[in-house]
Amino acid sequence: MESQRKNYGKALVELGRTRKDVVVLDADLSGSTRTAEFGKTFPDRFFNCGIAEQNMMGTAAGLAVGGMTVFASTFAVFATGRAYDQVRQSIAYPDLDVKIVASHAGITVGGDGASHQTMEDIALMNAIPNMTVIVPADGPETYRAVLAVAEARGPAYIRMGRSDVPIITSKDDVFSIGKASTLREGNDVALVGVGQMVAPCLLAAEGLKAKGINARVINLSTIKPLDVETLEKAARDCGCVVTAEEHNIVSGVGTMVAAALAERYPTPMERVAMQDVFGQSGESDELMREYGLSEKEVIAAAIKVTERRK
Amino acid sequence: MRRHVIEMVHAAGSGHPGGSLSSADIVTALFFEVMEHSPELESSQDRDHFILSKGHAAPVYYAALAESGYFPVEELITLRQLHSRLQGHPSRVKTPGVEMSTGSLGQGLSVANGLALALRSQGLGRTVYCLCGDGEMAEGQVWEAAMFASHYHLDNVIAIVDRNGLQIDGRTEDVMALEPLGDKWRAFGWNVLFMDGNDMWQVLETLEEARRHKGSPTVIIARTVKGKGVSFMENNVGFHGKAPNDKEYEQAMRELGGSA
Ligand SMILES: Cc1ncc(C[n+]2csc(CCOP(=O)(O)OP(=O)(O)O)c2C)c(N)n1
Ligand SMILES: [Mg+2]
Repeated sequence: MESQRKNYGKALVELGRTRKDVVVLDADLSGSTRTAEFGKTFPDRFFNCGIAEQNMMGTAAGLAVGGMTVFASTFAVFATGRAYDQVRQSIAYPDLDVKIVASHAGITVGGDGASHQTMEDIALMNAIPNMTVIVPADGPETYRAVLAVAEARGPAYIRMGRSDVPIITSKDDVFSIGKASTLREGNDVALVGVGQMVAPCLLAAEGLKAKGINARVINLSTIKPLDVETLEKAARDCGCVVTAEEHNIVSGVGTMVAAALAERYPTPMERVAMQDVFGQSGESDELMREYGLSEKEVIAAAIKVTERRK
Repeated sequence: MRRHVIEMVHAAGSGHPGGSLSSADIVTALFFEVMEHSPELESSQDRDHFILSKGHAAPVYYAALAESGYFPVEELITLRQLHSRLQGHPSRVKTPGVEMSTGSLGQGLSVANGLALALRSQGLGRTVYCLCGDGEMAEGQVWEAAMFASHYHLDNVIAIVDRNGLQIDGRTEDVMALEPLGDKWRAFGWNVLFMDGNDMWQVLETLEEARRHKGSPTVIIARTVKGKGVSFMENNVGFHGKAPNDKEYEQAMRELGGSA
């Protein structure tokens, strides 16, 4: 188990060494987002903006206009919500090299409660043209995704959680933006997991095996651009699909997968997601169970959807 | 009040003691002396109002609400637990007595302005108190609200800045310098008062002076000590958002004159 943000911190320091054009901004949360390590190592290329997320995004845009590659970090709810218009107008529209890497996304924020638990950040970022949207499944994948967006041109959003998550990808995997990875083969149902829901999908696949259902597990770590080829192939091979995400069901990843499949290969689907309600305070795992975001619901959805299988 | 804060945060294993302790005297003065309010009056607009713009200081707010009878004092230790009415940050829909949901910094003063306008247009001579953090002053919306309040002569708004000098990443003057803070508010058309926010007599006097002032909104810049009352939390940025462990809890309770 390890946190995604710890890996973000490591990747930033590595980038700082190899790339003189990389600068990092934060908004009074550098300990939490783990940009602090970069700040200590490269104080000349780190700027704390204070509790002023909108100004941070605008400043990031200016730095990018000036030729820098910018990483801007805060909690996901503020990066995508508070500063939405600055991200849209000053970063995405002018197509600038700003990478928004936000932590504490989703219900797993825990005790802070609904004000801090964004369940709509993927929808918001996804709806903006030019924006690449990435939700890594674990720490090592976060590390690789950060390096990958640094290499790619243009704006990107990387979503990270607060809590420690199991390591399910390997250091030797290659991260290519826009490419989903298949973690487990199977032809009875495709479980498409996003971020912290990929690990429960793997557990669910084990549970389903005992019931004679052979599940394919896909780690959909890039939401945009969506890997429609991998999704269509999974739909054709398996005949039914379950999506699982720590995000609102409205305009969530399940919606996007359903839309893509509807056009290419209409397939029975179930979506495991937050049911359009605000969260509350509690422990991360408690909340995941409370809002139906665990392996149990993935299994139930898989059984239900296989009954409608093509 | 301070013992409640320590007990709640310790029981929850997380939460924000530092900014709760720095503002404990201010919140106590407001809820038990200055504001006219009660659970019976909650559904009426004809009472004084309080908005905790620095929503992370929820523990001290809940302590004041419980001691004012909005919900049982025994409920305080359910802070942050699943299904508790006491959320990590104040929730208007979950907690009796909570005027406004907050937690995203910088938004409270705008809401206070709107509420003050509503009261004024209903002919109610009531006051809206809004407690803000000093780190929070970096949010642009605070200054949009500052401009608005003086433009509309909202003398029924009293903003209080908990000037404890610390935010999360360090001292406010190192992270994003605020001074001269009084001059900034003055330039925005506000009546500016200063007080020692941990000296109860000064707090009461200054709040009274603010209430008497007419013609423009008043801001009180309250010099405080973050973590006030618990030696190892005082001026310690590490206890902004961290609960004390069992040993620290016992020491804190002893220092506050209670038993663990
Ligand atoms: C818009 C927004 N950005 C960031 C945060 C995270 N955060 C919570 S408390 C805090 C520091 C607050 O410092 P200050 O306003 O000085 O409060 P105090 O010292 O009174 O606790 C931050 C950055 C937040 N709650 N809201
Ligand atoms: Mg402060």
